[in-house]
Amino acid sequence: MKRINNPQELEKVREEILGSRDPDKPCITICSGTGCHAFGCEKVTESFRAELRKQALEERIYIRTTGCHGFCEKGPLVVINPQKIFYQRVTPEDTGEIIAETLLKNNIIERLLYTHPQTGEKIVKEENVPFYKGQMRIIFGNNGKIDPTKIEDYIAIGGYKALSKVLRELSPPEIIDIIKNSGLRGRGGGGFPAGVKWESCRNAPGDKHYVICNADEGDPGAYMDRSLLEGNPHSVLEGMMIGAYAIGSDEGYIYVRNEYPLAVRNVGIAIDQLRECGLLGENILDTGFNFDIKVNRGGGAFVCGESTALMASLEGQAGEPRAKHIHTVESGLWEEPTNLNNVETWANVPLIINEGVDWYTDIGTENSKGTKIFSLVGKVNNTGLVEVPMGITIREIVYDIGGGIPGDGKFKAIQTGGPSGGCIPESLIDIQVDFDKLTEVGSMMGSGGMIVMDDKTCMVDTAKYFLNFLKDESCGKCTTCRDGTRRMYELVDAITRGEGKEGDIELLEELSWVVSEASLCALGQTAPNPVLSTIRYFTDEYEAHIKDKRCPAGVCKDLITYSIDEEKCTACGKCKKVCPSDAITGEKKVPHIIDTEKCIRCGACITECKFDAIEVA
Amino acid sequence: MGPKAIDRILKKYDYEHSSIIGVLQDLQDEENYLPEKDLEHISERLSMPLARIYRIATFYNTFSLTPRGKQLINVCLGTACHVRGAARVLDRLKMYLGIDVGEMTKDRLFSLQTVNCVGACALGPIVVIGNEYHGQITPGKVESTIKKYRKKPRKSATKSPRHKKLKIEN
Repeated sequence: MKRINNPQELEKVREEILGSRDPDKPCITICSGTGCHAFGCEKVTESFRAELRKQALEERIYIRTTGCHGFCEKGPLVVINPQKIFYQRVTPEDTGEIIAETLLKNNIIERLLYTHPQTGEKIVKEENVPFYKGQMRIIFGNNGKIDPTKIEDYIAIGGYKALSKVLRELSPPEIIDIIKNSGLRGRGGGGFPAGVKWESCRNAPGDKHYVICNADEGDPGAYMDRSLLEGNPHSVLEGMMIGAYAIGSDEGYIYVRNEYPLAVRNVGIAIDQLRECGLLGENILDTGFNFDIKVNRGGGAFVCGESTALMASLEGQAGEPRAKHIHTVESGLWEEPTNLNNVETWANVPLIINEGVDWYTDIGTENSKGTKIFSLVGKVNNTGLVEVPMGITIREIVYDIGGGIPGDGKFKAIQTGGPSGGCIPESLIDIQVDFDKLTEVGSMMGSGGMIVMDDKTCMVDTAKYFLNFLKDESCGKCTTCRDGTRRMYELVDAITRGEGKEGDIELLEELSWVVSEASLCALGQTAPNPVLSTIRYFTDEYEAHIKDKRCPAGVCKDLITYSIDEEKCTACGKCKKVCPSDAITGEKKVPHIIDTEKCIRCGACITECKFDAIEVA
Repeated sequence: MGPKAIDRILKKYDYEHSSIIGVLQDLQDEENYLPEKDLEHISERLSMPLARIYRIATFYNTFSLTPRGKQLINVCLGTACHVRGAARVLDRLKMYLGIDVGEMTKDRLFSLQTVNCVGACALGPIVVIGNEYHGQITPGKVESTIKKYRKKPRKSATKSPRHKKLKIEN
């Protein structure tokens, strides 16, 4: 990429890129996000390339590997453009046929199309698949259009237009006003108005101002920030650059989880490209604006998602939060004014500048504007990343987009907000999802994890899971968080082992109050949420464990027994083979039997049995 | 690691104290753990108290002060994996390998670890071995998955296991 010295040159480069590309030329788009990788998309890509080479079609057909399209459940995903034909579960064996039939003869291969689970209808175009139809992919949709390792692709879809516009036409206070008026709230969990934060940071006195992108996506079950950084790193970087200009910063940091190697790689490539063409560095676009970005890898501590802990970690300290009597916008990194926003928040910024406040504020609810990307996972048919307008109901997300619960399972609850959030029961499935509504029902938006739970998920076990997580991840600074979460874990653990006592629920509630009131940072303050929300909506499950020593969902090991249904057992011997404790006996053609004394309730037989013959009681 | 190699890492970070986490990450990437003598050397070269280096090395989950097996087995215990039975997979791994989380097998081939979330939630439960992701693992698949790694040299996967996998080159 050659150097871009001023806004005119940027537009010229854009025209050149667009001029060299024929929009009608067929293009094979292959999703190369983490999910599709795990399903073998690399081999599919290789096979397409080899096939094109063999048939000498490399000149006639483009091939593009993109970031995550979101529908991870059906990977590897391939979209044939310009017709937008959507093929799913593509294997290397299919590639020859796709080229011969679809690309050369314009025929559709029915076998690879998505089948509507209810109507059985075959769906040809990506936008008509129910999973995508209910979404509004204004941020995430570009993932499917660009190769994240090519800056040219991002420029071709209008990249860095917003940056060029603000540098040329707008003063920093004007940009801050736009962000304030757009109603953009922080997507990392807190939901603090971004424009107000920027303004406080800009007005804070200091020798140097910093901007930080928080990509330490620690919430288990959430991976939208990963996919954005992997699939469209330039949108995040452009947002950061606009923010830095508005705030008056010349140095930025991206703090990204070390568990996300592809994100670290792609964002590194993007930064190198920007430096090469002069969009990062000194005198950007000849406007006198200087800015550069460094990438720091996290050390695997959940608490570092908290802003003050993250800054401590950037300074090379242990990631412990500090009291925020003085906000980080006044005294943050190296005790200088620092503005921290999360990946998705930064990615919203160029869009707001390009499309305008009126357009943006038309989307969403009164106090939550725009869209939110959720990771819809757990016991749901269509798992993946979904971007929806604020104000959509949980029912629409789970049933219309998510395609409902697999098998004969029944929707029980949805967990949002990660370890700081809570479980929302079926009775509240029609609430509108936005920042305030979720908090009202005892959960929170968090970074956007949505874990669907069915009747085979035990809510006491879920509370135990989060307490176990939090007690391990507590940094140890505050006694109430360090020891409080541990005591709460012990209580809930005892309940799941059938050793719960009368009064345990009340004790848990009392401990919850202490932990949330007396801890310094949000980790401790919100730690009781998973317990309180499950007690609030699923008291009967706690009571079944405490009083009847029974786990209604059949999850808590000490409270269940396994047996084999003689009617259903075909004596295939699979369960016997996988049983690690030799608890299953049986001859050929005779239904097998589980010795409950020997059985360690590991569940291996359940996952192996094709006939649903293993019963849990 | 020799003093020269350590100086190479320190130089990459301009001998800055604030980059200590990055320095330790690079050291561990090469050595598979943080050897005591290397930490002492870093302390000397940076004029940084050894106690501070140990504070960092013990605070962050990434770091290990003891040698780890040739293959690192990371079981994802994220919420999505949990509701799909990750705990059972972990139990089965512990039993099969005969070690607890944080331990190494006697033949020094495998170390067992857990991770809070690897961000591939749609494919849970996930087990990451080396740099390959194995999605939709069940307790029944544990044995066959591990066996594939018995003869494999570290970091270079030659034969692909039966199910889905992902390799990310850094």
